Amino acid sequence: MTIKAIQDELIDEFSMFDDWMQRYEYMIDLGKSLPIIDENLKTDDLIIKGCQSKVWLNATLENEKVIFTADSDAIITKGIIAILIRAFSNQKPADILSANTDFIDTIGLKEHLSPTRANGLVSMIKQLKIYAIAYQTQLKK
Amino acid sequence: MAFDIQKIRADFPILSRKVNGYPLVYLDNAATSQKPQAVIDSIVYYYSNYNANIHRGVHSLSQEATDAYEMARKTIQEHFGIKNAHETIFTSGTTHGINIVASGFTNLLKKGDEIIVSAMEHHSNIVPWQMLCERSGTILKVIPMNENGTLQFSAYEKLLSEKTKLVFVNHVSNALGTINPIEEIIAKAHEKGAAVLIDGAQACSHLKPDLQKLDADFYVTSAHKMYGPTGIGLLFMKEKWGNILPPYQGGGEMIKEVTFEKTTYACLPHKFEAGTPNIAGGIAFGAAIDYLNTINFNEIETYETELLAYATQSLLEIDGLKIYGTGPSKTSVISFNLEGIHPYDIGTIVDKLGIAVRTGHHCAQPIMEYYKIPGTVRASFSFYNTKEEVDLLVKAVKKAQLMLG
Ligand SMILES: Cc1ncc(COP(=O)(O)O)c(C=O)c1O
Repeated sequence: MTIKAIQDELIDEFSMFDDWMQRYEYMIDLGKSLPIIDENLKTDDLIIKGCQSKVWLNATLENEKVIFTADSDAIITKGIIAILIRAFSNQKPADILSANTDFIDTIGLKEHLSPTRANGLVSMIKQLKIYAIAYQTQLKK
Repeated sequence: MAFDIQKIRADFPILSRKVNGYPLVYLDNAATSQKPQAVIDSIVYYYSNYNANIHRGVHSLSQEATDAYEMARKTIQEHFGIKNAHETIFTSGTTHGINIVASGFTNLLKKGDEIIVSAMEHHSNIVPWQMLCERSGTILKVIPMNENGTLQFSAYEKLLSEKTKLVFVNHVSNALGTINPIEEIIAKAHEKGAAVLIDGAQACSHLKPDLQKLDADFYVTSAHKMYGPTGIGLLFMKEKWGNILPPYQGGGEMIKEVTFEKTTYACLPHKFEAGTPNIAGGIAFGAAIDYLNTINFNEIETYETELLAYATQSLLEIDGLKIYGTGPSKTSVISFNLEGIHPYDIGTIVDKLGIAVRTGHHCAQPIMEYYKIPGTVRASFSFYNTKEEVDLLVKAVKKAQLMLG
């Protein structure tokens, strides 16, 4: 599935809910399906420090696609990561680079990606893209 | 005056707004308090009627503005029981006041001298002193904390010695609400000849310190935490220190005479007030104090103590809720966590329900380190908060627990 198709699917799933509480509960549930980063990799190298919640992110390249695993110590942050990873993992570096995160806005979770929100997610998206750039360069060689 | 909560709430226009569709419940007063109409009006009135630069002009507007600014200084001086108006120095806030003092001590200390801080300080009362240590070779000692969030007084006494030159402790901890025994802390330090700075940022909205009686060498606070505007604060400095410490910043206002060969400095308080100050802020700070005194601090203390007891009891009824800072003497601040749930998650959910609390380390990372936690949820109450709002908080926290647990 393309990133766009997955994003549309997520928008669809979230459109079933008519209040924030249901959306949050679903997001928290999705957090439980997050491909969790290996405990051994939860080191300072792979940590993205928000002021309040921490995010760990790892990437590997398999069959020219980037596979992300991640975790967070806060469950809401984890839910958003799960949504982002569902959209961006197992995709080609070039596709990751050309995609955006506008769908988060459509879903109604925009406040979590605000640059002033101290949860590490904005830095995490940057980091996703940095991995994609690195692997793209590697593939070109 | 009887304490009329509805009348008081009506003085604060922001309290009637909605957040995320719910009536605002503002429980982040330790970060900054809301402003009564009287304070807002004083700012609007200043800019609409007599805005001018002060201490310089002979024209009438400038005179009016100067008079109002100096009148505010007088109000602040009297409120805090400060002996002299010139010991009442305007700053941009607590952080600024601490930096003036820390910077001023650079050449008064020598290598091997010791200065003492407590384990429960805001970063503002740690970092400027660490910078001082780097400049002067001074050694920083730390008064340890007990599990209940109080200071180990006997450990403090042991740290004090002839080498101790300065002690700096907060009056009230922002992360825990603990009221520290500053009278005893000051007396013990003075026995060894050490000077004391008290960080009153969290105290002055709840208590009314009498600085002459207290006998601290320095006392700092911020207007914005006591119902005044941001960007203005008080540095009380005993006259003796005002004469010893060098100025912090150079510029206009702080000079007596300037030539290219030599500049002489103005007397107190202007020596530490370089540049055009926050004139409207100073005037509004005075208005905030006038407002607080119409309510009366005895009334405030009685009401807030009752609210704190009610909130503590109600929150403790929630399963798995732990309060940090359980000493016998506290302001109306409750720092807590729910077992197994990150404070950030709780803060996010309760915000959705219109309740503003603070989550995180509260700029006091050493305290979080002590408890081995990433942070806490902090509900900090003002005299404008109500038991009904406490009930809403409890309900919201329970809801968060259900969703997140
Ligand atoms: C105990 C304490 N000290 C210092 C400060 C810093 O105050 P300001 O940011 O107003 O300078 C604060 C503010 O949170 C505080 O709570």
